[in-house]
Amino acid sequence: MSILINKNTRLLVQGITGHEGLFHTQQMADYNTNVVAGVSLGHGGEWVLGDKIPVFDSVKVAREVTGANVSVIFVPARNASDAMYEAADAGIPLIVCITERIPVFDMMRVREYLDQKKVRLVGPNCPGLITAGESKVGIIPGNITMPGNVGVVSRSGTLTYEVLYALKKVGMGTSTCIGIGGDPIIGTNFIDVLEMFEADPHTDKVVMIGEIGGNDEEMAAEYIANTMTKPVVGFIAGQTAPAGKRMGHAGAIIEGGSGSAAEKIKAFEAAGIRVAHHPEEIPELLN
Amino acid sequence: MKLHEYQSKQIFTRYGIPIPRGRLATTAVEAKQIAEELACRVVIKSQVLVGGRGKAGGVRLAKSPKEAEELATAILGMEIKGLPVRKVLVDEAVTINKEIYLGITNDRAALRPVMMASSSGGVEIEEVAKNSPEKIIKVYIDPMLGFCDYQARDLASGIDLPKNHWRAFGNIAHSLWQAFTQCDATLAEINPLVISGDNHLLALDGKIVIDDNALPRHPDLADMRDLDVEAPAEIEARKYDLSYIKLDGHIGCMVNGAGLAMATMDIIKYFGGSPANFLDIGGGAGAEKVAAALRIILSDSNVKAILINIFGGITRCDEVARGILSALAEVKPNVPMVVRLVGMNAEEGRRLLSDAHMLTAETLVEAAQKAVAAAKGEAQ
Repeated sequence: MSILINKNTRLLVQGITGHEGLFHTQQMADYNTNVVAGVSLGHGGEWVLGDKIPVFDSVKVAREVTGANVSVIFVPARNASDAMYEAADAGIPLIVCITERIPVFDMMRVREYLDQKKVRLVGPNCPGLITAGESKVGIIPGNITMPGNVGVVSRSGTLTYEVLYALKKVGMGTSTCIGIGGDPIIGTNFIDVLEMFEADPHTDKVVMIGEIGGNDEEMAAEYIANTMTKPVVGFIAGQTAPAGKRMGHAGAIIEGGSGSAAEKIKAFEAAGIRVAHHPEEIPELLN
Repeated sequence: MKLHEYQSKQIFTRYGIPIPRGRLATTAVEAKQIAEELACRVVIKSQVLVGGRGKAGGVRLAKSPKEAEELATAILGMEIKGLPVRKVLVDEAVTINKEIYLGITNDRAALRPVMMASSSGGVEIEEVAKNSPEKIIKVYIDPMLGFCDYQARDLASGIDLPKNHWRAFGNIAHSLWQAFTQCDATLAEINPLVISGDNHLLALDGKIVIDDNALPRHPDLADMRDLDVEAPAEIEARKYDLSYIKLDGHIGCMVNGAGLAMATMDIIKYFGGSPANFLDIGGGAGAEKVAAALRIILSDSNVKAILINIFGGITRCDEVARGILSALAEVKPNVPMVVRLVGMNAEEGRRLLSDAHMLTAETLVEAAQKAVAAAKGEAQ
């Protein structure tokens, strides 16, 4: 069991004929994810992966023909907002946007529109999700995790892989791992995911990986203290980050004196969350 | 990307926001000529991308063209917070009856832009927010709907603006919103917006920050980038699409992924070292990028050791290893290097590097400890 994606996920890939899109479609299919369709403008009627996956010109038609219920987006930043609007208008209930460098104002409009349509978005600028042993949507490598009872939620990509790898090395598996994205405006935040993990019978413990910028971690800490019954272990990246500089991720910046790692760690500790000094310390804190 | 005051004011003018008469000068003689043309008292304002110009003596009032020339000479030779002053704005001096703040930024938690006004203009808004938050009036703007007339009235009445200025204030607020959205700004502020001696609203100073992610669709704004304010290594890094930020420690870092790059810096500090930089080579980085990254790290003379931490999810470790080898062929580092390769094609990567006289590590902890020891000159 898991959250958001599982064996019944019928995945559509927007941007399936692009370099990244095609590579990761192969990886997702190799993980036994049920990839049912692709969309790529002007490539409708073609097939990819040895004629296994049909390509359409529109999400609406792809959904009608294949019954896709999740869409993952690999299109370039300049087309990404349009791709999200298209998926939402076609009735796809869960959109996962891997694309990075989408302008923040575009994302505020997308988020507003998707909220009105009650469509869930994960990302953008995220590695996607993996439900160990069942399905992976996005770019998280399949071989660094195994089925288990730890839910992992993170704003980062490779840092998340590092944590999955550290867990696997000591024999700890994951239920679902979800990368929510490193942008200032994202579709699904920490609290959304924590609520899902709290309700998921197959998740017993949670790892939450935050970083500098914004106050999502502080709000999540409050939720954990007030509502959550399952234990949470935390980590915050960016303790050595200088103020006012964007640390790679568009959302990772200490602004106007707020969003620092120290504040977030303080909020975690006040909420009773055990905080790791470094990623490899996380497995022992889960015990 | 931050814009200078003079650039921000160019944008204000484009959107119909009134600003004082004035022009940019790069020499004292030019400053004098502008003062002569304006034929009034002028303010000489240094154009540097840091706050606190006034306190540093970078904003001065000149009563005559001759004084303008003298002050411009002094200011153009200054450094403010480490940044050389190469340009000054020569503006007419305006008599001020009242100073207001008006600005727009994005509120991450509210998921929308917020326009803020305050009757305490002329000081940094962060100061006002800390000391007297009740003086800041905020309206949140629906990104689908845009800025509404009633919101301008709410701001005007909230800061007790005399009613005879409401129409002009509303026009300026609308113009600022247009500038904010059409330029893809993440900050657009007028501080102060003044009521002048002759009872007009004027944007005396302004600051605009453009969303870096939107620069590809605004080539005119991208051209406004001031390369003077960036470390040469940061400019070089941008050419290769690397994300690099120089810090003042001793251990150079090369990592794939921003979060892991930060975590690597943090663990160096945890084990008693200090990171010399943040450097994210991104996903799927090839040999050429890796070589550029290594050159950039080594251009910092503070670097006493290098830690390369690659988690191969999409990035192939053998590609990274080839990049390291090709970089070593052209730059001969005289500092110890610690390499940790994990994930896709890691074994092949380690094999390629086995003859390159590098320290290797299995875990992040081991890598950090080795790098810290190496930077201190301790034998392994």
